[in-house]
Amino acid sequence: MEIRIDRIAKEFGGSKALDGVDLTIGSGELVGLLGPSGSGKTTLLRIIAGLEMPTSGSIFFDSDNASGWTVQERRVGFVFQQYALFRHMSVFENVAYGLRVRPKKTRPHETDIVRRVASLLDLMQLGDYGRRFPAQLSGGQRQRVALARALAVEPRVLLLDEPFGALDAAVRKELRSWLRTLHNKTGHTSVFVTHDQDEALELSDRVAVLNRGRIEQVGTPDAIYDSPRTPFVFGFIGTSSRIAVTIAGGQVSLDGSILPLTPAALPDGPATLYVRPGDFTVADGANGSIHGLVTVQRRIGPVRRIEVAVGAARALVEIDIPAHRTFEIGKPVSISLLRAAVFPEAGGIEPVCVETALMPSVLPLHQPSRWHA
Amino acid sequence: MTQTLSVEGPLRPSSGWRFVKPSVLPGFNIAFGYTLLWLGLIVLLPLAALVLRASGIGVSGLIALASEPRVAAALKLSFGLSFLAAAVNMVFGLIVAWVLTRYRFPGRRMIDAVVDLPFALPTAVAGISLASLYAPNGWVGSLFAPYDIKIAYAPPGIAIALIFIGLPYVVRTVQPIIVDLEQDIEEASATLGAYRWQTLRRVILPSLMPALLTGFALAFARAVGEYGSVIFIAGNIPFVSEIAPLLIITRLEEFDYRGATAIATIMLAISFSALFVINLIQAWSRRRFGDA
Amino acid sequence: MRDALSLPSTSGAGSVLTESLRTRTVLIAITFLFLGLFLVLPLVAVFVEALRKGWGVFFSAFADPDARSAISLTLTVAAIAVPLNLVFGVAAAWSITKFDFRGKSLLVTLIDLPFSVSPVVSGLVYVLLFGAQGLFAPLLKAYHIEIIFAVPGIILATIFVTFPFIARELIPLMQEQGIADEEAALTLGASPLRMFWTVTLPNIKWGLLYGVLLCNARAMGEFGAVSVVSGHVRGLTNTMPLHVEILYNEYNFVAAFAVASLLALLALATLVLKTVLEWRFDQDVAG
Repeated sequence: MEIRIDRIAKEFGGSKALDGVDLTIGSGELVGLLGPSGSGKTTLLRIIAGLEMPTSGSIFFDSDNASGWTVQERRVGFVFQQYALFRHMSVFENVAYGLRVRPKKTRPHETDIVRRVASLLDLMQLGDYGRRFPAQLSGGQRQRVALARALAVEPRVLLLDEPFGALDAAVRKELRSWLRTLHNKTGHTSVFVTHDQDEALELSDRVAVLNRGRIEQVGTPDAIYDSPRTPFVFGFIGTSSRIAVTIAGGQVSLDGSILPLTPAALPDGPATLYVRPGDFTVADGANGSIHGLVTVQRRIGPVRRIEVAVGAARALVEIDIPAHRTFEIGKPVSISLLRAAVFPEAGGIEPVCVETALMPSVLPLHQPSRWHA
Repeated sequence: MTQTLSVEGPLRPSSGWRFVKPSVLPGFNIAFGYTLLWLGLIVLLPLAALVLRASGIGVSGLIALASEPRVAAALKLSFGLSFLAAAVNMVFGLIVAWVLTRYRFPGRRMIDAVVDLPFALPTAVAGISLASLYAPNGWVGSLFAPYDIKIAYAPPGIAIALIFIGLPYVVRTVQPIIVDLEQDIEEASATLGAYRWQTLRRVILPSLMPALLTGFALAFARAVGEYGSVIFIAGNIPFVSEIAPLLIITRLEEFDYRGATAIATIMLAISFSALFVINLIQAWSRRRFGDA
Repeated sequence: MRDALSLPSTSGAGSVLTESLRTRTVLIAITFLFLGLFLVLPLVAVFVEALRKGWGVFFSAFADPDARSAISLTLTVAAIAVPLNLVFGVAAAWSITKFDFRGKSLLVTLIDLPFSVSPVVSGLVYVLLFGAQGLFAPLLKAYHIEIIFAVPGIILATIFVTFPFIARELIPLMQEQGIADEEAALTLGASPLRMFWTVTLPNIKWGLLYGVLLCNARAMGEFGAVSVVSGHVRGLTNTMPLHVEILYNEYNFVAAFAVASLLALLALATLVLKTVLEWRFDQDVAG
């Protein structure tokens, strides 16, 4: 089933939790809502479920306007962050609950209930746990019971609120890939909320990045990671350094020296340059476009990361270099940009997003170009 | 309770049986010693005196004394009405606790404070007040008098006094559990298609059941032993409206210590059973449902 | 965590977490009616009955020397019983919550015991111990000590019925607080006594006051247990609740309700203070 979210807004006592959100989730798609806390992602999920009512806007389930439907009528499968299992019911009864509360006319026969619950428990690898109580299960098992319970009602859409938030790291990883496999198997239209970018990027067909009640960008994990369209997405996904620059007459300059970037039509004024740690080259001496001093270097996994203070403002940028290279602390280096994005501050609050192309001559051939601006 | 005071681990060599785990904090010996001494003198010694007396009578003697018609009638009345009052309190206490924790309305804080009135108001004061209210010429009693319904000086009056003193036990036991109910449990039930009344009946009520039963047992135990608020309204007619605690006093005034001890022992046994049942309920629900 | 108390004030179908307006109204009405009929009405009746014949008659009830001696006995008993139970409560809570020893839960159960004993039985056990036919009767007779039908018996019975109050308030509170604060004080070089006064006591002060308040209310209002051991000697062993009973049984209703109204005021003051303390306590916890 397709879900279309149409200009949804939600206010809580004057503050805007959601500010005109549009999003379409295709049938069978797995979409991650990613954002920091307070970005409105959980509110959006709860509005889809019918647990909150939007201040304005509409929700469509396929072509039906579901905005006025109660939570019971929507038939969504909702998995809560803390599982919300019924403590006084066995695992079996938890999963059977959604079937048992149906009105007599649509309630399945007892034997069908038993069969369906048993097959769901098998699917969740919980076949032997039917008679246990939630308190006797591990976190990961509880999570799977919650999933089975949500699936038992044959939901139109599966909604998961921080599904792995309460689990420790190892179980998290395992459940993540397991959930992806399960989704491929069952094909439910699914939406999940997370603040963990790795989780969102690994699990989703598409990711919607939310910030302050607005969707900043929607796209495939590749698009989100490789082509962030707003400063927020750039800053939120992955690591990046920011350098304050000035734009004048279509040229980007740092402390008066013009950088070899060819931005499309950009308004004059101050701007910020966003660069990933891997998108620099560093050399001794002073023949690069930016000069700086190495302040820190440390080993991070397969690479070495150095921090360089650049420009008059001594802004710190993080740069990844091959682990076999080292620099002396306090030594001047020159830096070249391989890729960068410039976001002018013109207009102040809402930066015009411009992605810059690099001077082709600066691009070394051995460096894989991930960005095609 | 997640936090524990014990430090278990390989650092501490297990040196066999130890009464108290070593601690850097001072004052265990004096505090613990004083606790035991005071407990022994004030509580255990007097109760031991009762047990000693009762053992002098013997089980068969106790049964004989308890099955004496007047005693049996008093015990039956006390336990029957206490059960009734506790049951009434279980229903209305649940409603009051629910309303006080879940709804916002003017006067809520005051109502919440009023619930504790039976804890704070001396029982004799409650007793004479209830008696004057429910007497045939009282504010409430006069409403029923024309229909020949007698409340004060009859068993219904006793039940009213027992409802009065038992209510806060149910409310105060259930209230914190309602506060702690997680909101997402109710939301989960709704997303699974349950309507509000189904959520109340199938999810909320069962979660509150251990607390409700505990509150019931507490109210019951208190009602069985209640004296002050009851005697003024009871009428105290043997075989009709004479409660067991009153009969103890009557026996004492007749210097029949044996009779008094027998009734007291039976009442004590019942109260302790109630206490025991409470502990069982709580242990069971903890074991089964986690930190319920 | 969302505040469980402030339900979403959403419109329309959003009332997932509450009942319909009609159900809510009915339940609130039941609450008001039930509490009004069973709790508020008796309280109001006390004052109405006390003032039935005007303020003059009301005050003349307190001119009676027996009434005055009843008031002073009640104050005396509370002034002895409450501090004793206070010391006990702190000692018991200290050893139970700050240390780990065997048989702890048994000890807690035993401390709670007086709550599940009928007041009448609480009095009776002392009669069996110290009464004319009691276990210690010969000993007491030899030294001419009177306990039963005398003030010491009243004090003992009062201590018994109020025994668990303060310990009971402190144990959960101190359990929750753990021992980190005390350990910190000790590592900073505080002496045990200083640690207690500067760290432990400030931490538990509201809970302690709360327990004292409840203990005091019960101590001043106890009827059944005191009734058994007092012997009802006017002017000597009558506490206020017992004096109320005597007046009432003599059909001196106005005087009975006048003395009762004093006790009812005590109850009201207790409730107000209790509410204030709870509010303070919440503030402390929140802050």
